[in-house]
Amino acid sequence: MIEVELLSETLDIDHCIKQVFSPDCGGIDVFIGTVRNVTKGKKVIRLEFEAYEPMAVKEMQKLGEKAKEQWPVQKVVIHHRTGVLEVGDIPVIIAVSAAHRDAAFDACRYIIDTLKETVPIWKKEVFEDGEVWVAAHP
Amino acid sequence: MKIRILAFGIVKDIFGQDNITVDIEDDADTERLRTKLETQYPRLKELQSFMIAVNEEYAQGSVVINESDEVAIIPPVSGG
Repeated sequence: MIEVELLSETLDIDHCIKQVFSPDCGGIDVFIGTVRNVTKGKKVIRLEFEAYEPMAVKEMQKLGEKAKEQWPVQKVVIHHRTGVLEVGDIPVIIAVSAAHRDAAFDACRYIIDTLKETVPIWKKEVFEDGEVWVAAHP
Repeated sequence: MKIRILAFGIVKDIFGQDNITVDIEDDADTERLRTKLETQYPRLKELQSFMIAVNEEYAQGSVVINESDEVAIIPPVSGG
């Protein structure tokens, strides 16, 4: 099972975790991204997430599929936000269940690391004195 | 042929809108499009990099573009 969603509403941690519960699983690994209040010493006011929605969903689905090819994991949930997020809000939740913990940890880490490289989602950091699209420039 | 190009993130700022229409040779590929856009919008060259997606798939190397394709410019992503 792979569940992928791109949502403009608050992400539901309970839902994501419950979705990956399975009788044949011995463990669940969860990554929750949260909006940090500072970047390179500058105070962050908010983040604005934008996505190329159909392609982002496709790319997240591919991540789930690749994770299942590489590790013996049972269920994968990837939820990502769009829109405006404040400090402490949750832009991403990844939950993975597996019979044994190594696979769950490895797959979860693979998914978040690769998501940051391949999924067409962009965040703009808004500071008190300006704003910047993250990673756009060298 | 005329192709519509979708823009996201900083590319939307560079184009000044979320899509543009480009007139390009009928047999053009994504590399030809890249060169044309960089000439028309030099700020694209200041980016870390950018990818071109055709029909919601990253173009690996050069991919021929057809008029009916959905083409998008993908600046460095920063989700998560």
